[in-house]
Amino acid sequence: MDWQAFLLTLKLATATTAILLAVCIPLAAWLVLGRARWLAVIEAAATLPLVLPPTVLGFFLLVLLGPRTAVGRGIAALIGHPLAFSFDGLVVGSVIYSLPFALQPLVAGFSAVPANLLDAARLLGASPARIVKTVLVPLAKQSLIVAVVLSFLHTVGEFGVVLMLGGDIPGATRTLSILLYNQVENFDYAAAMRTAGLLIVFSLAALVLIYSRSRPGLRAGASVRPQGERNRG
Amino acid sequence: MVETGLEFAVDAHRGGFHLQVEGKFAAAWTVIFGPSGAGKSTLLRLLAGLNDGNRVRMALNGRVLSDSARGFAVRPGKRQTGLVAQQPSLFPHLTVAENVGYGLEVMDRIGRARGVEEMLALVGAAELAGRRPQNLSGGQAQRVALARALAPAPMLLLLDEPFSALDGAASDALLDRLQKWASANGVQAVMATHDATDALALGAEVLLLKEGRKIAQGPASEVLADERERLRNRLDG
Repeated sequence: MDWQAFLLTLKLATATTAILLAVCIPLAAWLVLGRARWLAVIEAAATLPLVLPPTVLGFFLLVLLGPRTAVGRGIAALIGHPLAFSFDGLVVGSVIYSLPFALQPLVAGFSAVPANLLDAARLLGASPARIVKTVLVPLAKQSLIVAVVLSFLHTVGEFGVVLMLGGDIPGATRTLSILLYNQVENFDYAAAMRTAGLLIVFSLAALVLIYSRSRPGLRAGASVRPQGERNRG
Repeated sequence: MVETGLEFAVDAHRGGFHLQVEGKFAAAWTVIFGPSGAGKSTLLRLLAGLNDGNRVRMALNGRVLSDSARGFAVRPGKRQTGLVAQQPSLFPHLTVAENVGYGLEVMDRIGRARGVEEMLALVGAAELAGRRPQNLSGGQAQRVALARALAPAPMLLLLDEPFSALDGAASDALLDRLQKWASANGVQAVMATHDATDALALGAEVLLLKEGRKIAQGPASEVLADERERLRNRLDG
């Protein structure tokens, strides 16, 4: 087992998930609480990575972050090296590629919070940031867990974007999926089986965690009755 | 605009329903009376600043809170206005005490705890402080929702059939306590109801609303004279 690739994959997935949460919680709240019609354009753009082939996204990012564009040159001047073919570049690519997997569960979870609770918070003087922190996030915990697990797993299994943007540099951009590709290309099927098996077990365990929490009767607070339906008086 | 009290003019469309009403409420306690579907709840939500996209002009004690013609509207939480709806809308993940203290964020911990305690005592729900909303009865939840709306000391209190889950005696007692508190604290109250007995018992100024239009406004004994007669006949008969 190539533990270096395993640890790099975990590092990439952890960094990507943390950044996605920081970006997607306010973004999802904005999409749900905002009323401007053009927010549909933002939501569509944020969902685009879901339908684009990963290689297409990887190619565009490679060009954008490379030395041929002002953006790429500007970033290279700022951080001291080009983003393409670096771990930092992989993080940027992974964040963009996995964005819909974090955003969509959060939008669905926030949308399910009853409007009357949001009205109550607004009437009591809560700012939008406080509404997100004290009402939306606590009441959409399940969606938050789904967003975390999906973002993490999607990044762990990412291949096209990683290959296009990062190449295959051991310790910097060689993740488990790239390792698996190399092993198959070298006809080392025994090693490929171990790598693929690890990815399957890891992904399955995380999905079992989600589904076991969302099964009726097991989820904490899932069966909350509407207030005041127990009796009158 | 009047210098004291509430003055408003609203013109709102909701689906096929059209609410068009103007009014001036100078009394400490005003009742909006009308049948279901008359537009009472919509009017209260507009006054609370919750329904956007309508034509609303409104001032409270001379301070303009909404003027849609100028594209001006004070945010709901900055209007010093409390709204208690028929559905209590308590935050299910917070305890009763945390719900009541939600609007007291600017206070320190001790001041907030004192405010929560006072409001829960006022509405007769002191013993519920540690409970979760899902463990409350309908009447208890309405008491807590009232305490939560009162805690930030609003200047205008909007009540939308707030005691519908309480029995008559409990409702009367709570209303009496609330009236005394509002009077002592200079809070103007506007209560929507379709129950004529509530409106008559309060002896308040009444705005009679029907199908989105103001039919009459004046003392309860005059505006609701027909309703009083109907109730009397029902009791006698």
